[in-house]
Amino acid sequence: MLLVLALAPLLTGYVRKLKAHLLRRQGPPLAQPYRDLLRLLRKEVVLAHSASWVFRVAPYLVFATTWVAAALVPTFATGLIFSYAADMIAIVALLGSARFMLALAGLDVGTSFGGIGSSREMMIASLAEPAMLMVVFTLSLLAGSTQLSSIAASLQGPDVGLRVSLALALIGLIMVAIAENARIPVDNPATHLELTMVHEAMILEYSGRHLALIEAASYLKLLLYVSVIACVFFPWGLAVAGQGLAAYLAGLAVYVAKLAASGFLLAIFETAIAKMRVFRVPDFLGAALMLGLLATLLLFVTRAG
Amino acid sequence: MDRLSLDIAHLFAGGLVLVSFMLLYQDRMSGLVNTFASHAVVVSLSVAWQAYIQQAPHLYITSAIALVVKAFVIPVALHRIIVRLGIHGTIEPVVGIGQTMLAGIGLVALSILVMLPITAQAGTLAREDLAFSLSVILLGLLMMVSRRNAVSQVIGFMSIENGLILAATGAKGMPLVVEISVAFSILVALIVIGIFLFRIRERFDTVDVHDLDRYRGERP
Amino acid sequence: MALGGLLWCIAALLAASVAAIAVARHRAATTFVYAFALGVTTVALVIAAASLLAPDALSGALTLPLGLPWLGARFRLDALAAFFLVVVNLGSATASLYGLGYGRHEEAPARVLPFFPAFISGMNLVVLAADAFTFLFAWEFMSLSSWALVMAHHRRSGNAAAGFLYLLMASLGTLALLLAFGLLAGPSGGYAFDAIRAMPPSAGVAGVVLALALVGCGSKAGLVPLHVWLPLAHPAAPSHVSALMSGVMTKVAVYGFVRIVFDLLGAPNWWWGAVVPLLGGVTAAMGVLYALMQHDLKRLLAYHTVENIGIIFIGLGLALAFQAAGMRGAAALALTAALFHVFNHSVFKSLLFFGAGAVLTATGERDMEHLGGLIHRMPLTALAFLVGSAAISALPPFNGFVSEWLTFQAILISPALPQWVLKFLIPAIGALLALSAALAAACFVKAFGVTFLGRPRTPVARDAAETSSWSLGAMFLLAGLCLVAGILPGYFIDALAPVAQALAGAHLPRQHELDWLTIVPIAQSRSSYNGLLLFSLVALAAGLAADVIHRWASDAVRRSEPWDCGFPDATPVTQYTAGSFTQPIRRVFGTVVFRAREEVHVPRPGDSSAARLHVQLRDVPWDLLYAPAAGLVDFVADHLNKVQFLTIRAYLTLVFGALVVLLMVLVVWQ
Repeated sequence: MLLVLALAPLLTGYVRKLKAHLLRRQGPPLAQPYRDLLRLLRKEVVLAHSASWVFRVAPYLVFATTWVAAALVPTFATGLIFSYAADMIAIVALLGSARFMLALAGLDVGTSFGGIGSSREMMIASLAEPAMLMVVFTLSLLAGSTQLSSIAASLQGPDVGLRVSLALALIGLIMVAIAENARIPVDNPATHLELTMVHEAMILEYSGRHLALIEAASYLKLLLYVSVIACVFFPWGLAVAGQGLAAYLAGLAVYVAKLAASGFLLAIFETAIAKMRVFRVPDFLGAALMLGLLATLLLFVTRAG
Repeated sequence: MDRLSLDIAHLFAGGLVLVSFMLLYQDRMSGLVNTFASHAVVVSLSVAWQAYIQQAPHLYITSAIALVVKAFVIPVALHRIIVRLGIHGTIEPVVGIGQTMLAGIGLVALSILVMLPITAQAGTLAREDLAFSLSVILLGLLMMVSRRNAVSQVIGFMSIENGLILAATGAKGMPLVVEISVAFSILVALIVIGIFLFRIRERFDTVDVHDLDRYRGERP
Repeated sequence: MALGGLLWCIAALLAASVAAIAVARHRAATTFVYAFALGVTTVALVIAAASLLAPDALSGALTLPLGLPWLGARFRLDALAAFFLVVVNLGSATASLYGLGYGRHEEAPARVLPFFPAFISGMNLVVLAADAFTFLFAWEFMSLSSWALVMAHHRRSGNAAAGFLYLLMASLGTLALLLAFGLLAGPSGGYAFDAIRAMPPSAGVAGVVLALALVGCGSKAGLVPLHVWLPLAHPAAPSHVSALMSGVMTKVAVYGFVRIVFDLLGAPNWWWGAVVPLLGGVTAAMGVLYALMQHDLKRLLAYHTVENIGIIFIGLGLALAFQAAGMRGAAALALTAALFHVFNHSVFKSLLFFGAGAVLTATGERDMEHLGGLIHRMPLTALAFLVGSAAISALPPFNGFVSEWLTFQAILISPALPQWVLKFLIPAIGALLALSAALAAACFVKAFGVTFLGRPRTPVARDAAETSSWSLGAMFLLAGLCLVAGILPGYFIDALAPVAQALAGAHLPRQHELDWLTIVPIAQSRSSYNGLLLFSLVALAAGLAADVIHRWASDAVRRSEPWDCGFPDATPVTQYTAGSFTQPIRRVFGTVVFRAREEVHVPRPGDSSAARLHVQLRDVPWDLLYAPAAGLVDFVADHLNKVQFLTIRAYLTLVFGALVVLLMVLVVWQ
C-alpha cells in the first residue's frame, strides 16, 4: 500500500516534465508534486459559510477509497495478501464511491462552478463506468475470473496468443482511463478556464490539506489505471506471491519500467492531440463502450474457431 | 497453420472492423478521408499476410493494388475534390453518432450469428474472415445510409469493396483478372461520381442530399 | 404452528383496521394504530425469520373452511414464502415506526388509518396463499386498500387521476392473473397450488402463462411498458404508504411472478431466459433515465423503483435461462442475486421514501428546485438519506453493491449457455445493467445534492426543522441494516440458500464458514468479495490520514465567502438546479429516449424580462401504447353509445335476434 502512495506523485511529476520537454520548456522538477502536497498540507483550510460536513469529510473518503483501490491492484506481484478482498468490479465500484463523494462536495457550496463540474463528471462517469465494466467482462470471459491476480496469471499463459478482443479491450480501457483521469482530450488538468473544467471545477472551493488529499487521490487514480493496463495487458515480469525477495525486487524494477513507458506514451499523446468539445465526449466514451461490447462479441467468434 | 499466424490474420481482420467503426465515428471530412486511407492500408496488410501464410504470390499484387490505388490515389483525389468543392467541415449524421455505432454493433452481432453456423464445415480462417467481412460490408452500407453527404456515401461504397476483398482472400483468393477488373470498375465509378459531384455543386451550391430532396419537390 | 401464528397476526391487523374506522377521529388513535401495527408486524417478522432460518422445522400447510366450499382457503409456509414475509414485515414494521412520528401531521387520518393495517394484512395474505382463489382475493384486497390510501388526499390535483389509472392497471393485472391461473388449473379445475404443481402444463400453454404472469405481476411491479401508473400513484399516497407501495408491494408482485413461473410452471424453455432479462434490462435503463428527468423527489424515487425491478427481473430471467440449460449452480446464483436485491431494495427504497416524507413534512415541498441546504437544518435526515443514496447507487461497502455484484457474476457465466442468441443477448443486457447502475449514481448525486446540499432556494427551505425521533429511528434502523447487509453479506446469502434449493435445485456454497467473512459465489479462484475487509481498510485509511495530517500538518480552519472564481455571488438562484444538473445526460440520452427538446426564448436587447428555458419530454410508451388504446376505447364506446337510444321495436328486434342466435348455436354444438 505504501508503494503506490510513494510512487503516485512521481508518475504525475514525470508526465508533466515530459510534456514540458515536448513543448521545449524546462518544466517543473520531478519531485514537484511531493512538494506541492507538503505545502498544501501545511496550509490552513478556508471553508465557505455554506459548506457542510460533507465538504469536510469528502476529501478523506475520496483519498481513502482511491488509496485502497490502488493498493488492491497487483503492481509488482500477484496474489498478495488482500487481493481476494476485491475483484475488478469492486475496484471500479470503489472508484465510483470516490466520484460520488467528490460530486457531492462539488454541489455542497452552492455555486454554479461546482454544479458544472459535478454534472459533467456524472455524465462522463455514466458512460465511462459501463465501458470499463464491458472491458472487465471481456477480460473475465477470457481468463475465467474477475480477480486481477487470476487474470494476470492466465494472460501470461501460452493459451492466449494475440487476440483481437484483447486489442479492442486495450484500446477501450485506454479511452476510459483518459476520461476518468481527466486527461486531454476529455478534460485539461492544467486549465485555468473554468468553463473548460470538469474535475477542477468540482474541487474549485477546496484549499489546504483537503486539496492536498484530493490531489493525492487523483495522482493515485492515474497510477491505478496505469497499473491495471500494465498488469493485465503486459503481465510479463510480475512475481507471484511467495517467490521470495529477489523475485519481488525484479518485479518492482519491471513495474517501474512499465510506469515510465506509459508515462512517456501518455505525455506524447496529450501533447499531440487537442481537447474535445464537451458534447463530443459522450461520442468518445460511447465508442469505448462499443469497443468493449465488440470485444466481448468477437470473443465468441474466435472462441468458436 | 499455427496459432500465431492465425491470430495475426484475425488481428488484421478485426482491425478492419475497428477501422470501419472509426469511419462511422468521424465527424469531419478530412478525418473521414484519412480514416479511409488507413482502412485501405489495413486491407492491404491483411491481404499481404494472407499471401504470406497461404503461399499465394498473386495476392501480393492484390495487396499492392489496394495500397497504391486506395491508400494514396483515391484519398489524394478526394482531398482535392473536397478543397475545390469547398465542403470542409462537419458531416451531418441522420441520427446521432452514438446510435449509429449501436446499430453497427447490432450488425456485427448479426453477421456473426449468420455466418458462423452456416460455414460450420469450412476451415477456421475462412469462417472468421467471412464473418468479419460481412460485418465490414454491412457497416459500409450503414455508413452510406446514415450520412447526408455525398462524399461520405462514396467512401462507404468503397469500404464495401474492401470488405469484399477480405472475403475473397479468406476464401483462397480471387483470380487476378477478376481482381483487376473490379478495381478498375471502382476507379471508373469514382471518376464518374466525382464528375457528377461537380455538376451538382455547380447547379445547386450544395452536395447535401437532404437538400436535394427539396429541389425534387419531395420536401417542402 | 408458525403458519398459525402468522395467520393470527393477519387477523389481528384486520381487527385493528376495523377498529380504526370507529376511533379514527380520536387524537390518540394514530399512535394506537401505528403502535399496534408495529407490534404485530414485528411478531410476524420474527416468526418469518425463524421459518427462513429453520425451514424444515417450521414450514407447514393449513386449510381453513373459508371461501369457495369445494376448495377452502389454503395457506402454506415454505422457504420462499418465509423470505418474502420477512421482506414484507420488515418494511411494514419500519413504516409503522415511521408513521408514529409522521402520522401526527396527517390531515385526514380517517382516510389513512383504517386502510393501513388492512394493506399490510393483504400483502401478508398474498404471500401465504396456496391456492388460486385465496391468492387472487388477497391480491385484489391489497390493491384496493392501497388504492384507498392513494386516494386519501383526493382533493389535491392529480391524485384522483393517479388513483383512476392505478385502479385500471390493477384490474388489468388481476385479469391477466386470473387467466393465467385458469390456464394452469386446466380443464379439471384444480385451483390449489398443490394440484397445479402435480400437473405441469405443455410448452405452448406454459409460454402463454408466462406472458400473462409478466403482464399481471409485471404491471404491479412496474415493468416497462406497464409502469405508467407507478410514478403517478406512489407519490400521491402518504410517505410511509409510498414506502410500502414502492418497497414492499412491488416485491409482493415479484413473489407472485416467482411463485407462478419458478414453482408452478415446471421446467422452463430457453427463450424465457431471453425475454425476461431483455424486459428487465430495458426496464432498468428506461426507469433510471425517467428518474433522472424528474425534479419531484417522490416521483424520482418511484421511477427509480422501476429501475430496480428491472434489475431483479434480469436476475430472475438469468435464473430461468440457466435452469433451462440444466446449469443449476448458476441458476441458484442468479436467483440468490435477484432475491438479495429484493431484500436490499425494500430496505433502501423505504429509507429514501422516509427521508422524502421527512422533507415534505418539514418544508411542505416535494419539488427539489424549491429546496436546498437542508443538511444544515435537518442533519440527521440528511445523513440517513445519504446512506440510502450510496446504497442504492451500488457503492461499496453498502448492500446495493453486493446484489449487483452477484448479478454481474451470474451474467459472466452466461457464455456457457448453449444458445447463440442468449450468448449475445446477455452481455448486451450486462452493458445495460452497467449503464443503469452508473446513471443511478448520477441520479442520486442530483437528488441528494440539490435537495440537501448547497444553499436554500426558498424561505421554506431556509426555515425547515428536523423531524420527529420516531421517523428518525425508523430511518437509522434501515440505514444500519444497509451497512450490515453490505459488510456481512455471507449471512444473508446463507439465509437465502433454502429458497434457492427449493426453486433451483442447488444452492451457493456455505458462506459464513469462509475466512474473514468473504463471499465466494462460485469458486475462490474465480471471484470473491469481502465487504468487511474493504470497509475496514477504507475506514482505517481515512482515519489514519485524518490523524496523521491533523497531528503533523495543520488542522486550522477559517470560514469565509465561497471563492467562486472571484464572483461576488449573493443569490442562491445561481446554483445548479435539478434540471441543469441533468442537462448533459438529457442531451446525450434524452433526445432519443424521450424525444427531449429544449427551447430557449431570449428577450430582445433592451427588454429586461426574463429568458425562458422550456424542456419538453414525451413518454414514448404512453404515446405508442396507452394513448392509442384509450383512443380505441373511446371510439368503440362512442359507437356503442348509439345502442342507448333505439326505439322499442329495435330493442325487441335485438332480443329476438339474440334468442335466434343462441338457438342456432345450440343446434351447431350438438
